[in-house]
Amino acid sequence: MSRIEARFAALKQEGRAALVTFIMAGAPAPATALKILKGLPRAGADVIEIGMPFTDPMADGPAIQAAGLRALHAGQTLKKTLKLVQDFRAGDKDTPIVLMGYYNPIYVHGVEKFLTDAKAAGVDGLIVVDLPPEEDDELCLPAMAAGINFIRLATPTTDDARATAVFRNTSGFVYYVSVLGITGTKAPDLKDVARKVRRLKAHTALPIAVGFGVKTADQARTIARVAEGVVVGSALVSAVAATLTKQGKATAKTAAAVHRVVADIARGVRE
Amino acid sequence: MTDSLIPPNSYRTGPDEKGLFGIYGGRFVAETLMPLILELEGAYRAAKADPAFQAEMDFFLEHYVGRPSPLYYAERLSEHLGGARIYLKREDLNHTGAHKINNVLGQILLARRMGKTRIIAETGAGQHGVATATACARFGLKCVVYMGEVDIERQKPNVFRMKLLGAEVVPARSGSRTLKDALNEALRDWVANVEDTFYCIGTVAGPAPYPEMVRDFQCIIGQETRRQMLKQEGRLPDSLIAAIGGGSNAIGLFHPFLDDKDIEIHGVEAAGLGLKTKTKHAASITGGRPGVLHGNRTYLLMDDDGQIIEGHSISAGLDYPGIGPEHAWLNDIGRVKYVSATDKEALKAFQLLCQLEGIIPALEPSHALAHAMKLAPKKPKDHLMVVNLSGRGDKDIFTVADILGVKL
Repeated sequence: MSRIEARFAALKQEGRAALVTFIMAGAPAPATALKILKGLPRAGADVIEIGMPFTDPMADGPAIQAAGLRALHAGQTLKKTLKLVQDFRAGDKDTPIVLMGYYNPIYVHGVEKFLTDAKAAGVDGLIVVDLPPEEDDELCLPAMAAGINFIRLATPTTDDARATAVFRNTSGFVYYVSVLGITGTKAPDLKDVARKVRRLKAHTALPIAVGFGVKTADQARTIARVAEGVVVGSALVSAVAATLTKQGKATAKTAAAVHRVVADIARGVRE
Repeated sequence: MTDSLIPPNSYRTGPDEKGLFGIYGGRFVAETLMPLILELEGAYRAAKADPAFQAEMDFFLEHYVGRPSPLYYAERLSEHLGGARIYLKREDLNHTGAHKINNVLGQILLARRMGKTRIIAETGAGQHGVATATACARFGLKCVVYMGEVDIERQKPNVFRMKLLGAEVVPARSGSRTLKDALNEALRDWVANVEDTFYCIGTVAGPAPYPEMVRDFQCIIGQETRRQMLKQEGRLPDSLIAAIGGGSNAIGLFHPFLDDKDIEIHGVEAAGLGLKTKTKHAASITGGRPGVLHGNRTYLLMDDDGQIIEGHSISAGLDYPGIGPEHAWLNDIGRVKYVSATDKEALKAFQLLCQLEGIIPALEPSHALAHAMKLAPKKPKDHLMVVNLSGRGDKDIFTVADILGVKL
């Protein structure tokens, strides 16, 4: 059983949803990113997604785009992102880590080498935004063969016909993107989310985590009632941005600000 | 990969059902976009098979665009270079001043068939944006054009043209704030407005079916060239030359000739300040390597970590860091020879054409002319060479004046 599967199974026993938190690797700078990452589990994160920065993040909104660029300007690379996971893993054997990003840096690193390096660093799952089921041969099937979960995005445009393809080769959990559009720009319609999650459950037995747009403990609480996971991303990235100096440098407040938002939303998930 | 390197019986059958030309192309998009591009593909197949769609295209190509464009024998240029007989395919004489309108017309007529009411497009130099705004005005469709903030500053006349034509021009403020970022913004818009919006891509890149569809709409260039050359010279040309940014004017000229295996074909990329500068050029094939961006696998300009590098060229229409996937494949199998021309060479060719033929070319086809200047003198007097004059140079006079130190 992978760390992801173990974590969702344990939370099911507890009778609550998972809080899935997203941070950008290397943002605003490598040392701060590691400090933020290390404090996430204690603040209430159950699963951690780490963004692999890319120059052209087609599916992300302004907050996550800016975080990615800050990381790249601070010199972040895919190798450094894997090192970040390794450093975290040295002190935490249980919290699942999912890398999230775009295909090109992985393709250029070499798929086989990437999977070997990721597994060794302690990566448990991958979300690669620009690899739909049509491109499963590229990374999805090799990743699953290497024992790394390949997590799929489902969206409001995922109708019943599309769901069959989307859930054919996937594992770990399903990431349901609750609003059309890019990350972090609109608040989700919660009734609609509940309806859609029920429909997806007809197609998959995997846990469903709902993301995009969650900012408050109240929203998290409502989603936690209908899904197995609540994803918080842009709100954390914005919390980082709000503490930076004019030059975009981290301050003493940066990590604590992120942990405070996580703790608040975790309260919503756990109630 | 080895399979794709065996010369096929025909070079014109691609892409396959996965949208691939060899290993290039494909559908590398977010799941949100998948239903849209599959819907588009179905609609395009149906339109392609419908004689009524073709008839509508033909009507507007003739009466609105002004086709066929002349295939003009450049007598003084040929004599000056002292070799091949050089013909210019005059896409610069199309309505809106470039080949871009051929593709836009096709996509807008398709959007109408699909019942879409809002058109979005990306633009770099503004030529595709102007063509899209033009067709949207003609058919009464709402038009939103994404353009990098840097390009908006560089291309003010085209921004004003688009606005005159009723389009909304939205600055792309992310990343490097140029063409690639405008494309990212357009994709983000499309994801958020799936119901009523049609994305009109300006070149033979993006996820399948765009590279194939845009190519098909641009093939009118090569089809006419074939007929015109047979009529004027009684035989097919010996060589074809076209400039390449994304590669739509080039594939439009090349594709109808790919199976005429004796014809030499040259694609000319923008070498900017020179390929040795590593980052100050836009030559994706001759100076880049394969990667995945904007929905397809193709040659890209990038660093060791796979981060995309901004291209540089004197011509804003060529500084895209990628190239259409069919070109990537034609390069690997060796059917088309990809070369490059620098800013300086293009500028020299630009001035030469002005002086010898009374034609002000755009800076994009000036790269093709620069290569013709190298090649033509080596060819015999009966060698028939076609250069695609993909656009006119009115838009570039500010850039050229600036470089020549002239204040307008």
